[in-house]
Amino acid sequence: MSSVRSIRQPAVGWLETLLAGPPQLPASPLPWINALRAQALGRLDVLKVPTLRDEEWRFTDVSPLTRQSFEPARNATDLRAADIEPFYLAEATTRLVYVDGVFAPKLSSTRTHGGVMLANLWSAEPALADAIEPHLGRHVAFSDNLFAALNAAFLHDAAVVVVPRNVTLAAPVHLLFVATQVEVASHPRCLLVAESGSGVTLIEDYVALQDGAYFINPVTEIAVADQARVKHIRVQRDSTKAFHIANCAVSVGRSGTYQSVSVALGAQISRYNLDVLLAEGAETVVDGLALIADSQLADTHTSIDHAQPSGVSRQLHKCIVGGSAHAVFNGKVVVRPGAQRTDSNQSSRNLLLTGKAQVDTKPQLEIFADDVKCAHGATIGQLDNDEVFYLTSRGLSDSVARNLLTYAFGAEIIDRIPVASLKHRLETTMLEQTGSRP
Amino acid sequence: MIYQDSKTLLEVHGLRASVKGVEILKGLDFTVKSGEVHAIMGPNGSGKSTFAKVLAGHTDYEVTAGSARFEGKNLFDLLPEERARAGVFLAFQYPIEIPGVANSQFLRLTYNTMQAQRGHEELDPLEFDDFVREKMKLLEMSPDFLGRSVNEGFSGGEKKRNEILQMALLDPRLAILDETDSGLDIDALRIVSQGVNQLANKENAIVLVTHYQRLLNYIVPDFVHVMEAGRIVKTGDKSLALELEKRGYDWVAAERLAAAVAA
Repeated sequence: MSSVRSIRQPAVGWLETLLAGPPQLPASPLPWINALRAQALGRLDVLKVPTLRDEEWRFTDVSPLTRQSFEPARNATDLRAADIEPFYLAEATTRLVYVDGVFAPKLSSTRTHGGVMLANLWSAEPALADAIEPHLGRHVAFSDNLFAALNAAFLHDAAVVVVPRNVTLAAPVHLLFVATQVEVASHPRCLLVAESGSGVTLIEDYVALQDGAYFINPVTEIAVADQARVKHIRVQRDSTKAFHIANCAVSVGRSGTYQSVSVALGAQISRYNLDVLLAEGAETVVDGLALIADSQLADTHTSIDHAQPSGVSRQLHKCIVGGSAHAVFNGKVVVRPGAQRTDSNQSSRNLLLTGKAQVDTKPQLEIFADDVKCAHGATIGQLDNDEVFYLTSRGLSDSVARNLLTYAFGAEIIDRIPVASLKHRLETTMLEQTGSRP
Repeated sequence: MIYQDSKTLLEVHGLRASVKGVEILKGLDFTVKSGEVHAIMGPNGSGKSTFAKVLAGHTDYEVTAGSARFEGKNLFDLLPEERARAGVFLAFQYPIEIPGVANSQFLRLTYNTMQAQRGHEELDPLEFDDFVREKMKLLEMSPDFLGRSVNEGFSGGEKKRNEILQMALLDPRLAILDETDSGLDIDALRIVSQGVNQLANKENAIVLVTHYQRLLNYIVPDFVHVMEAGRIVKTGDKSLALELEKRGYDWVAAERLAAAVAA
């Protein structure tokens, strides 16, 4: 496709403003964290804000983000539990809450059993520090990723979860990021270390208590050791004026499993990079839903890397695009040399609700082994006339019929969320967004 | 059943309709009175299913000539949902699967839409659950089908039962069953037919579109019509279906040809 696009350069000094703003972060008692921050700062001297000329960003123009200036969050607002209780999930008995990126200990609940460590990085005990050093900042590389580098340069508060060997946490862990201030930047960070044979469900949840513009730049790292099982649910329901640029990297050890469901509902521009690296016999299920309207843009880039033999990956990504919104999906599956008996299936399904809605989808298979089973496919369509007719022939109005079918299209992904209260809440949200209430 | 004091429900005159520019219905006349059971038979491609869909208002079909009055209203002035609310029901030949929507949710939504239309009380999920379970007994359907997505993974027979269940819930004045018997084994055919028979009454009417006489052993028609090339070319009583079963359709055309030559 050849088209002329105007490439807008970021406002001069956007990055500088962002970096100059913060009150000097206190040095960490852990020297390796200070070193990490220094390295990241060094990369920021070199890295440039991506434009449409960058292959990885060719459909996502972040210039609206760089034309606004954002300051670091001021001191956490005085949130009370009552303000955010509506976001609590009945199943999650442990919770770390971050308000505009700043840890809110009073709103958090960190009591755990069985040696599970759940803490904010800054208050981490030495034992925890030892457990996280091999992982923090090691999975999401920032050398070529401006947003990841920015996050690392601001490394201070971070949600850290370590599940010891052979321990299975029955209740999910809820990481709740609440946006309360407009025109601020925050850089949330999460690290989950699931040691061998352990099991845990992590909910990463971005919500807003206001509908203004802000910039949120999370980085999440998940280390799934041999035979460990991690379920990761990510919900992005930011303000529709927000900018949400997120990076997540997951490393799955031998015979480990990583199942993820990510849902993007909010933000003016959102980008989610998810990289999953699979060791021998590891399995992953990566499902996603973007439900957007008006002039929203939601971009999901995933990479599933079958680095070793006998891995299994399943991916279903769906986009429901209304208004003049734009959804982007780029799903790469790599099968490395020697990764024989890889079994991979990827599907991108997209529903356009209006003539102005737009989807760019690019499933990408790169296979360097010969004994593999790989399939991928993409569909883009509108609601099927026969389906609409079936419902209207039962007395439902055309709009109710269309809303119900739209809801059903998205529900297939929502249904895969293994936390009932969150699932029901998102179903309700989706019903409101698609307008039908059966 | 034919009643002396029956009212005309549906009156179709000179109906012509096309799909994607190809004319399928070519001047069709058809009248149904309350209490009656009609069977429409005919070879593949004669326009039976098109007729059913045109009556229900499928948007892919364009009516180019003729009229259809349903209880005095011009049917073609009404949207599909308005026809449904007025009491027209089409049991689909190929019911649509809707993954992600629970059957119970769908059934209650359509039932309550109809209740609201008729000025009756809507049912909440619990009340509806009791109500629908009773109706399901009629069709020997397991309550498990309530929790599953609409028609998803249902066998052919289960889908058809689900169609007749909807008929039972919506209580139409005119039910058009488009090849409801296809894909049914003998037991399912008997059960579905019994269900339809229980729903038939003096106030409503049933139009069966079918290829096979065997359905008509269970649901006995008052009239049997033969469609050919987009028109009804012969009408008789139930014995016509038996004759068609024995002799096929060719003799109908031959008979018409002979009549035309004689004239």
